[in-house]
Amino acid sequence: MSPSLRKLFLGALVLTTSACVTINIYFPAAAAEKAADRIIDEVWQLREGAAAPAQPSAEDKKP
Amino acid sequence: MKLAPLICAVLLSASLSVAAQGNLEVDSPAIGALKQSMHQRHSQLAPLYQSGAVGLAGDGTVALHSAGSVPLAQRGQVNALIAAENADRRALYREIARANGHPEWESDVRNTFAQRWVQRAQSGWWVQQGGGWVQK
Repeated sequence: MSPSLRKLFLGALVLTTSACVTINIYFPAAAAEKAADRIIDEVWQLREGAAAPAQPSAEDKKP
Repeated sequence: MKLAPLICAVLLSASLSVAAQGNLEVDSPAIGALKQSMHQRHSQLAPLYQSGAVGLAGDGTVALHSAGSVPLAQRGQVNALIAAENADRRALYREIARANGHPEWESDVRNTFAQRWVQRAQSGWWVQQGGGWVQK
C-alpha cells in the first residue's frame, strides 16, 4: 500500500469511528425536535382540530 | 492493493450514512401507551388550556395557571388531571431516553419537548416563557 493510500485509509477509518462515537454520545437535538412534533401532533391531534370548535363559536357570539 | 481504494470508499460512505442517521426511536410499546393515555386526557385538558386555568410550564409539564377560573368544586378534579398528565409526561421523557439506550438523555428530551409544547400551543393558551406566564 502506498503511503498516500495508507493515509486515506487511516483517515476514512478515523472518520468512521468518530461518526459512530458522535452518534452514541451526543443527543440528536434535530431528530428529537421532529420526534417531539410527531408525538405532540398525535397527543393534541391538531389536524383534526380537537380544540378548534371552541373558537368559532366564541366568535359567533360577538355582535 | 486494488482493494484499498474500495475499502476507503466503503468506510467513507459508511461514516456518512451513520452520521446522517441520528434518529430517535419513539415507537416502543410503552411510548405508544403513554401517547394514547395523554391523547385521551387531552379532551379534558383542552378546555382548561383555552380558559387559562391550566398552562404549559417551561419545564415540559402542565401547571395550574389561574385557579380562579375553575369553580371550587372542580379544583380537585383539575389538580388530579394535572398530576396525571405530568406523571405521563415524565414517563414519556424517561421512556424515550431509555428506548434509545441513553437514560441520561431524559433531561434533553424534556427540554426539547418543553420548547415544542410551548411553541405549538394554540392561540389563547397560557405558556411559561423565561419564568413568566404569557398568553399566546
